Amino acid sequence: MIPSIKQSRRFYRVYHSYLVLFFVFLSAPLLVVGAFAFNDSLFPSFPWEGFTFDWFFNEAGDKVGILFDSELLESIALSCGIAIVTTLFATLVACTNAFLFERYDFFGKSFLYVLMLLPLVIPGVLLGVSILVFSSQVANYFEDYWLIDLEFLRPGLPLVVIGQFAFITTICTLIISARLKKFDRTLEEAALNLGASPLMAVFTVTLPYLKPALIGAAIVSFLMSFENFNTTFMLVGSDAPLTVAMFERLREGSTPVLNALSVLLMLGSAVLAIANMSMQKKD
Amino acid sequence: MSTISRSRSPIKLGMWLLLAPLCLWLLLLIILPHLELLTYSLSAPDEGGFTFEFYGEFFGESLYWRTFLRTAVMSILATILTLLIGFPVAFFIAKMIKGRSKGILFAMCLIPFWVSELVRTFGWMILLRESGVISTALQWLGFIDSGVELLYTDATIMLGLVYSAMLFMVVPLVSTLDSLDDSYIEAGYDLGGNNWNILREIVIPHAMPGIVSGCIIVFMLSLGNYLTPVLLGGKDSLWFTEQIYTQFITRFNWEQGSAFGILLLILSSLIVWLGLKVTGQSFTKTMG
Repeated sequence: MIPSIKQSRRFYRVYHSYLVLFFVFLSAPLLVVGAFAFNDSLFPSFPWEGFTFDWFFNEAGDKVGILFDSELLESIALSCGIAIVTTLFATLVACTNAFLFERYDFFGKSFLYVLMLLPLVIPGVLLGVSILVFSSQVANYFEDYWLIDLEFLRPGLPLVVIGQFAFITTICTLIISARLKKFDRTLEEAALNLGASPLMAVFTVTLPYLKPALIGAAIVSFLMSFENFNTTFMLVGSDAPLTVAMFERLREGSTPVLNALSVLLMLGSAVLAIANMSMQKKD
Repeated sequence: MSTISRSRSPIKLGMWLLLAPLCLWLLLLIILPHLELLTYSLSAPDEGGFTFEFYGEFFGESLYWRTFLRTAVMSILATILTLLIGFPVAFFIAKMIKGRSKGILFAMCLIPFWVSELVRTFGWMILLRESGVISTALQWLGFIDSGVELLYTDATIMLGLVYSAMLFMVVPLVSTLDSLDDSYIEAGYDLGGNNWNILREIVIPHAMPGIVSGCIIVFMLSLGNYLTPVLLGGKDSLWFTEQIYTQFITRFNWEQGSAFGILLLILSSLIVWLGLKVTGQSFTKTMG
């Protein structure tokens, strides 16, 4: 099973064809989505009517390209905004969490650690509805007793950010903790010996060391927020972020403009993926 | 705890400052919302007070509990399938190749993560629908006379679930299998074991933490999935998250929806707990 142990030729043949099939399975849906972005037809399906860039660049008419589809463009902008805010908060809190769990011992630490991991095993839909119920109750309370209208606790973009933050923070914490574990603390002590205050030591020595993990966590967080559907869907108000807008279009049956959009998303993700990989490689 | 007066030193102060955001996050966004969900599911909306009415509704209406059971069974099935399909791939990546091609294959397994679930599901819709790629190809090859609808069956839902969760199985498997020393496998062969013995006695026990964490995540993702059943399963997909959504958003019956949510939470915790107990793994080790 391992290179040093030889197996029969048939074993390898079967094993290799299995792997080929597996990777065909993995890539097939992505390839067809990409291919039909260039089909000169009103539907993302056969027959093939010829090659076109209309689904990207056409300004008006039957075929409105993605660059001129204002509804989708607005939803992309919304999703980017949500993702940026979520990423900022999630990475910041994750960083403080990582320091807390790696550097301090305190009563109830392991209990808090388990709690911190819980969002990984709570289905996103449930996280969404529980936050919806809780925030509405709080908002109702403030409205009834204090006559204060807390608009941000009603379904809408701020609530989407809150909901996504709730589970993305866990993932970011794990990423940053993993690198902080490997940090050689004598470096920090050296900084202290040289007269730095503890805070200064952290900012000049530890944080630069953590930079790849911080950027990695930020990229993963941005992507998870941008792609999130389950939690987002429960918490949106009237403005639709990209995943929600795409979902509505998919249900209605859409023109290949969605394929074109998907191609752009794949390109965007590829850029992020490469940035992330080169970031992790540097150390 | 805050009465301990020695907490004045900067180290202690730092700890409290770091503890604050963690506690606020967990309390306000995880614990209290779920407690609120529980209270909501047990309170009578009009007269106030305590009621089991909404749980009674669940057990009384066969559609509800059937959907619940169906979701659970299909999620377990999807988890097993994902494990069976993913394990050989993970083993190959971890043990049978080295260097650059290993990195490339591993990166290829990660690709679906970088593409939104919606795009992937859309891809399957294009492949499987009546006017889709597979149906057209089969017609062209002469296997069938007219288009076949491959969407909107349970098998399609299963396919979608396995596909979207595959990566979360392969990654933990690769990382645990990576740490398995080749010499153990060699020793197994030297002692006269065959492939099957070695797989059962050496490889699988070693990979157990990875198998468990992969299974937990895949199970949770399947159970909580909404897009795949709705888009690939169509109107009759009957997934429990759909019921929750319907109660909350369409019917505006939040009490009923909360009861459903709590039931789903109980189910998922129970199965995760069982999985950990049976395999003797700890939650912190497998997830953290």
